[in-house]
Amino acid sequence: MVSTFFRHGFLLLGAAIMLAPFVLMVSISLKSPGEVFAPEFRLLPVQWHAVQNYTDAFTKVPLARFILNGFIVTFCIFAAQALTALPMAYALAKLRWRGRETSFALVMLALLIPPQVPAIPLYIGMWQLGLLNTYAAIILPSTISVFGIFMMRQFFRTVPDDLIAAARMDGMGEFGIVWRIMLPTAAPALAAFACLSFIWNWNEFFWPFIAVQEEHLMTPPLGIAFFSNAEAGTSFGPLMAAATAVTAPLVIAFLLAQRAFVEGVTMTGVK
Amino acid sequence: MPSAEAAPRSGGRPGAAAEQVAAWLLALPAMLLMWAMLLGPAVAVGLLSFTDWSFGDAEIPWHGLGNYAELWGDRVFWISLRNTLIYVGVSVPATVGLGLLAAIAIEGVTRGRGFYRAAYFLPVASTLLAMALVWEFMFHPTVGFVNQAFRALGLPTADWLQNPDTALLALAVIGVWQNLGLAMVLFMAGLKAIPKDMYEALSMDGADGAWERFRRVTWPLLGPALVFVVAITAIRSFQVFDTVAVLTEGGPSKSTEVLLYTMVQNGFTFLRSAYGAAITMIFLIFTLALTLAQTILLDRRAHYG
Amino acid sequence: MARVTLHRISKRFGGTQVLRDVSLNVADGEFLAILGPSGCGKSTLLRVLAGLEGCDAGSVLLGEEDVTERAAKLRNLAMVFQSYALYPHMSVRQNIALPLELRRLSAWQRIPLLGRLSGSAVRQDIAAEVGQVAGALALDALLDRRPSQLSGGQRQRVALARAMVRHPAAFLMDEPLSNLDARLRGEARAEIVALQKRLGATVLYVTHDQEEAMAMADRVAVMREGRVLQVAAPQALYDDPVSLEVARFVGSPPMNALPARVLLEGRVEVADVELPFRAERGGKVTLGVRPEALRLSPEGIPAEVTRIERLGADVILHAEIRGIAAHALARLSPEHVAGLAPGAFIGLMPLRAMLFDAQGARIALHATRREHAIG
Repeated sequence: MVSTFFRHGFLLLGAAIMLAPFVLMVSISLKSPGEVFAPEFRLLPVQWHAVQNYTDAFTKVPLARFILNGFIVTFCIFAAQALTALPMAYALAKLRWRGRETSFALVMLALLIPPQVPAIPLYIGMWQLGLLNTYAAIILPSTISVFGIFMMRQFFRTVPDDLIAAARMDGMGEFGIVWRIMLPTAAPALAAFACLSFIWNWNEFFWPFIAVQEEHLMTPPLGIAFFSNAEAGTSFGPLMAAATAVTAPLVIAFLLAQRAFVEGVTMTGVK
Repeated sequence: MPSAEAAPRSGGRPGAAAEQVAAWLLALPAMLLMWAMLLGPAVAVGLLSFTDWSFGDAEIPWHGLGNYAELWGDRVFWISLRNTLIYVGVSVPATVGLGLLAAIAIEGVTRGRGFYRAAYFLPVASTLLAMALVWEFMFHPTVGFVNQAFRALGLPTADWLQNPDTALLALAVIGVWQNLGLAMVLFMAGLKAIPKDMYEALSMDGADGAWERFRRVTWPLLGPALVFVVAITAIRSFQVFDTVAVLTEGGPSKSTEVLLYTMVQNGFTFLRSAYGAAITMIFLIFTLALTLAQTILLDRRAHYG
Repeated sequence: MARVTLHRISKRFGGTQVLRDVSLNVADGEFLAILGPSGCGKSTLLRVLAGLEGCDAGSVLLGEEDVTERAAKLRNLAMVFQSYALYPHMSVRQNIALPLELRRLSAWQRIPLLGRLSGSAVRQDIAAEVGQVAGALALDALLDRRPSQLSGGQRQRVALARAMVRHPAAFLMDEPLSNLDARLRGEARAEIVALQKRLGATVLYVTHDQEEAMAMADRVAVMREGRVLQVAAPQALYDDPVSLEVARFVGSPPMNALPARVLLEGRVEVADVELPFRAERGGKVTLGVRPEALRLSPEGIPAEVTRIERLGADVILHAEIRGIAAHALARLSPEHVAGLAPGAFIGLMPLRAMLFDAQGARIALHATRREHAIG
């Protein structure tokens, strides 16, 4: 009994610390400049400045555009990842072909390479192709998800061989098997992967920071950084409003798809 | 009618040739992208680090180990490396330890698990940059939440992000806050894999307290999960960049200069591509070393329990 | 429907020779069971026939055509797997329709949603055929369910329907009843045989259950260690096995194999008791007597009762034969065993027997008394 009390107490304290920045973010986004820097901390403002802050956020920088870019970029990236990873995972998991072991070894090798390592040559390559400062620049490097290939391969291996033999006897080609048999069977794993892909690419800062300079292409994190630099600490309220707006889709998606999120993450670790 | 002889066959499956072609076609897009976006550039970075090329140069002069020699003598590089290692050395134990505590605590309660799990994991899913700015405010010397709380508790306060002695620590706090949930979730999966009857066997053997349970069952059986979480957390911490780029820009006085930031500065801001490539290689070597250590440790645990 | 011929098929898997020069002929409309213990190669043989595996030597013919090099989907064979292999995310209706859709709709027409814009006439035909087959197997009420919502017996019928709807040249079945419980198995067995007769279908049926093979098939091919030992109708297999191996494989409980001696003039002796048979050859032999062919008689082989299993209609008597350390089983009626208990001494007289040489091959045996016969 006592120990449960302590556990909950400890956990609640921790939860408060973990959630504090979110609460603070929303709180500041509602306050006027005077209240933001008030010596005493109040959760809710005396004077509601929310409308002003949020309007400022959306007008001083193209915030709506940043958020839209976030959706465009994450969607395109995930679509490309799924289109390339699923067929490869199937080939690695179920087909017998010369070069399979080598290809898999290459996938494992690629897993070891942190995403920041290819940055300089990719930048140079894109500059030469004139792709810098385009959507393509942001999307292309992330279209290959070796992690996705690995994860889907592990999952595909659990599909019974008889099912594929039956499909072959029914007359299905390999391409058909990928999209009509493997994909539906792997739907939960793919959903988990979609969630991971979405958060990862929405929040990605390193590469967009390097590859993109123009406002209208900025992804949410870039947009926030831009806002922060541009306004240099004076419009903290609107900045927090922008931060809230940018974090909101993730939080909503997370709360709705919590189980898929967490399962996706644990699937990566517990093979 | 077939001949009386047994016709010799290839032994391969009928349609095996078609399967070979199909497999290559299926794998081709992924392989092309993998080479174009990952493996190719990784090789290119390695080669580039041996040249003396700056962005926009017409020629690519060979430089051998020149960049590495320069790194050896570069004061900023050593500061950067040291800072990164300190950052990892501080944030990994904290993240792993707190994550483990949270996982054990949550597994031990019956109600509210979903809520706690969501609360602790939310930072992992959120946009680091946006939250970093909130933390910047929290670290504000006068109105910041941290100092207000510390003052109330009688603890010493500081200008966390402006003071060279504390800036790196402040960034580490943000890093721990963000990664804790990930460690926790991975540990929860590991804890679930521990069979309940081991605790019961321990009870029968006479040990019932939380410490004994932890020491004799949880800790030993979490071994592989622990190694994995430490490795993942270490690799992620090693990649610290966002907070540095936006909050401190390497300062004050280079106290938060970290490896990736130095790499970006040299490779992109100063346009010294080859030098930046050399820094990238150092970064890669450290990451590979961490992964190698993980594999060796896991392998050893698997064989010797 | 067509004739199926497997001609001298050999196959290795890694270091093991799984199929050794196997030949089989299945007539059009015949039900052939391939019977053998696990690991004898029967499933591999079926898969070679289906085109799912290749072989190292030999030919596969459907009718007159050599299809050995042809891929599985081009052979017009349908397979029912042990696990049924139903597509879990599709309804029963879609499962059955799929083979027809794959063959009759073009790739464009098969694209989900958009493809539905064309080919409606073909789809109607397909729907009609699916309905027909579903009706024949009593699946009408289940057409919109998913496999996970069906019982084992229902899934089995869906697998059959999916095979039937293609009107293949032959049906290949790989232990389709082994996942059902015993009660359902009997019913399913009868259904499959009735279906086969009605369709006039050529069926190759792999099983390890000898009772199943005997009950269902027109002919049974007994396999062991990659070889076909004998192919014959069930009764012929029982009455006239070509070797001791085959004899012991068919019939339950298995045939008794008693060490015996052949003396001058072909007299046959077991445990020093002369039996009313004459053998054509001598040497070290084994007398095969089925449990149902043993009777109690004072002139029989002396044995001591070790166990009596009363099964109701029959009694299985276990006995130890004195002197040669051999064990025998006899199947008797309850009246004959009344009053017997373990430890009693009895005489076992074979009414029918077979003789096998040291390698297990049959040696001709004649009965010397009218009431005895060659078994």
